Amino acid sequence: MSKMALKVNGAVHTVDVEPSTPLLYILRNDLGLHGPHFGCGLGQCGACAVIIQGVATRSCVTPVSSVKGEITTLEGLAPPGKLHPIQQAWIEEQAPACGFCQNGQIMTAKALLDRNPNPTDAQIREGMNRTLCRCMTYYRIQAAIKRAAKMMAGKEARA
Amino acid sequence: MIPATGRREFLKTSGMLVVGLHIAGTPGGNPIAALFEADGPYPDPDFKQLDSWIVIGEDDTATFYVGKTDCGQGTGTAFRQMMSDELDIAFDKTACVMGRTDITVDQGGSGGSDAIQVDGWPMRRVAAEARRVLLDMASAKFGLPVDQLTVTDGVITAKSDPSKKITYGELIGGKRFNVTLTGRNVDATTGTARVKAVQDLKMVGQSPKRYDIPAKVDGSLEWAVDVNLPGMVHARNVKPPVAGAKLLGVDQSSVRGIPGFIRVVTKGNYVAVVCEREEHAIRAARQLKVSWQKPPAPPFPTSTDLFDYMRGATPTSSTRPVVVGNAESALANAATIVEASYEVPFQGHTAIGPAHATADPSNEQMTIYSNDMKSYGMRNGIAQFLQMPRDRVRVIWLDGPQGYGRTAADDAGFEAAFLANEIGRPVRLQWMRDEETAWDTKGPAYAVKMRGGLDAQGNLVALDYEARAADYNHVGYNEPDTVLIAQLMGMRRATPAGGSAATPSDMYAISNRRMAGHIVSLPLVWETPLRTGNLRDPNGPQSTFAAESFIDELAAAAKADPVRFRLKLLTAGTADDEGFRRQRSIAVVNAVAEAYGWDARPSPRARGAGRILTGRGIAYSFRGQTIVAEIAEVEVNRETGHVWVKRLVCAHDCGLVINPEALRRTVEGALMHGLSRALHEEVAFDGEKVTSVDWNSSPTLTHADTPERIDVVLVNGDPNPRRPDLPHYGAGEAACKPMIAAVANAIFDATGVRLRRVPFRDARVLTAIKAAAG
Repeated sequence: MSKMALKVNGAVHTVDVEPSTPLLYILRNDLGLHGPHFGCGLGQCGACAVIIQGVATRSCVTPVSSVKGEITTLEGLAPPGKLHPIQQAWIEEQAPACGFCQNGQIMTAKALLDRNPNPTDAQIREGMNRTLCRCMTYYRIQAAIKRAAKMMAGKEARA
Repeated sequence: MIPATGRREFLKTSGMLVVGLHIAGTPGGNPIAALFEADGPYPDPDFKQLDSWIVIGEDDTATFYVGKTDCGQGTGTAFRQMMSDELDIAFDKTACVMGRTDITVDQGGSGGSDAIQVDGWPMRRVAAEARRVLLDMASAKFGLPVDQLTVTDGVITAKSDPSKKITYGELIGGKRFNVTLTGRNVDATTGTARVKAVQDLKMVGQSPKRYDIPAKVDGSLEWAVDVNLPGMVHARNVKPPVAGAKLLGVDQSSVRGIPGFIRVVTKGNYVAVVCEREEHAIRAARQLKVSWQKPPAPPFPTSTDLFDYMRGATPTSSTRPVVVGNAESALANAATIVEASYEVPFQGHTAIGPAHATADPSNEQMTIYSNDMKSYGMRNGIAQFLQMPRDRVRVIWLDGPQGYGRTAADDAGFEAAFLANEIGRPVRLQWMRDEETAWDTKGPAYAVKMRGGLDAQGNLVALDYEARAADYNHVGYNEPDTVLIAQLMGMRRATPAGGSAATPSDMYAISNRRMAGHIVSLPLVWETPLRTGNLRDPNGPQSTFAAESFIDELAAAAKADPVRFRLKLLTAGTADDEGFRRQRSIAVVNAVAEAYGWDARPSPRARGAGRILTGRGIAYSFRGQTIVAEIAEVEVNRETGHVWVKRLVCAHDCGLVINPEALRRTVEGALMHGLSRALHEEVAFDGEKVTSVDWNSSPTLTHADTPERIDVVLVNGDPNPRRPDLPHYGAGEAACKPMIAAVANAIFDATGVRLRRVPFRDARVLTAIKAAAG
């Protein structure tokens, strides 16, 4: 076991764990952040995604010792009591079915839109393709991403 | 929502004012802390008491207690719509508590798409009864007859004097109704009030947003996977490496050095490890040295040999054939005979999150936090499994990843409860991905032989359907002796479940028809990763793939348009059933063709010379009373074999629609699930074990597969569409049913190649295209 500091959603936490522990278990079990979910433990589905340095990162295969930089989880996308435009778009489109994978969908979409604020349909399909949903809500997720892109562009124009 | 202690006091205490009764805006606000306080025992809420179903708060709110679970389709929102209409209270002043065995009546949880169709009625009736009782109370208070009162949004007003008014909360807030209901069973629960006419329902037919979604997108929802109790430990299973293997022994020393290691628990062939921390339990499960003895004979054929095996096996049972006329003699006299065989492999539930549960043995009770869709069956099953009195066991249903039938055999709940009992501490258990994909319940494999006869004019005069389903010992109702842990422990019921081999669901009038089904067993019946369970419309996609592909083959042989060919069969008869399914089928087939813009012509279409071939296919079926017809438009890459379903249109008649937008999404999800099964899904196995164990070896539909456009047309084909008692039917599964056939028919239209083996992965399609090109 070794002590290490993690900056998550703006706050610094010190944890005492083995360095090889996947980040997911630290976030969920030690820090009580339940946005990221265990889906496969193999980095194949995306349910565990968090954002580290702008990249949607699969926390189930990320050793905690390898984390460089601040971690943003689903809970940290917007200030408490507020929703990020992507989350708002998800509600407007009523995108989730069971919702279990939507952490990965939203976090992957966030990184995608930060990289490319106005993605084409093909870019959305490509950018989201390895993020799986077994309720297969992809059609609505893709619509929600387009809606979010518009909302975010509108907000920037006003700012 | 009422804290659990308060709610249970409420149920057993007469006339008491419950302090602290309040309503949560969404059920997402951490319910766990409150639940932990309830110390048991947990007797069944009495379905014949109005107080078991509805509580009015002092703040003029209403909480509905529903014994169903929501599989992410907005069922809870729909109940609130129906019940707020019957109670005459504003939708946003209501809340819904679902699936908790200690405080909601046992309505069976989810299954069979019956929540709205069956349970919608008692829920409407109890809400109407509560309204009646409240009006009676106001009548007594004001000294006015009920017909001199009106009620709007939970406020009762005297018609003659608007200053005379009183709210529901003022009348009864926090107090019991103490009204006895009647009914021979839960489904028949009723008071004396009548439900409203469809025309008087205001929220029904609107699309309020699902109340569960905000907490699912901001990370605040407490899912079943999130339960974290004081003193809780983590467990993982160790599965046999070969199906049917016998446990010889475990070497505890191989894991003793792992930090926080608590114990290896074994019983029969069941093996689990328990550690203080989750990552250590995972490591211990991987590291544990276990000795297994292979079974004397192979547990099953390979997935490559499956269908030959099924065709050669002696059936364990056969269903009585459905016979109309004489198919054999009509076939003998037919001008054209068409024959074809269809194959659907085992397909898994492969939920996005693997099985999980947390069990708490505190206070000599057993509380299981679970996403089990059938929480009531699980409660009964675990009580028997652990030999505990029923009223000391409860299941708290919480949201989870949907497996569309997976949790009907909820192994993890039983395992967590068993381990909690052994360890004496709360245990959280979760399966790993390879374990879930290999060992979850499977949709049965089907091999179907079909024969049809056309007369000289191309009329269908004979149709014969003969199915073989690998479905022996089908599990799915949380029986204490059939969940996997029970099987691994050596429990055997005297007679395995018989299983089923379904026949097609259509309203075609065919004068000579025979439909028969046989169930076959694999060599290994117990402790097998190929145990079958309820996969969303458990037999429908398989039987409909064969039946509706074959109707298309017959239409092609008759050089007839596939839509017209079907309509001719639907209109050939005049008899209908109580649900008007024939008439509604015609309406639905017409609606899907119109919405798509179908141009009548035979399939296949004339093929161009390009790389991409396009085509469209239709298929139709029903599940229960819900009628669906679907058109898929495909692009087939003839160089790679890749199929993209570019457009989907579904016409759907489930009677009275409660929430059109939620329904559209539910139907879309079912279409896409069908698409995934059509294009990707197959359980692979060698002679010893399942070899499809992750998302690479067990592929699923992805973002890239998503159609460019999906249209869902909501049809009301009732002969009297505005009748005041228009029923509401189920919608969770029906749209899965025709999808595989619609895609196969579209591929045929595009390429002239008929695919009779699911799934239509690139390599299979390419091989078929090349074979046809000769």
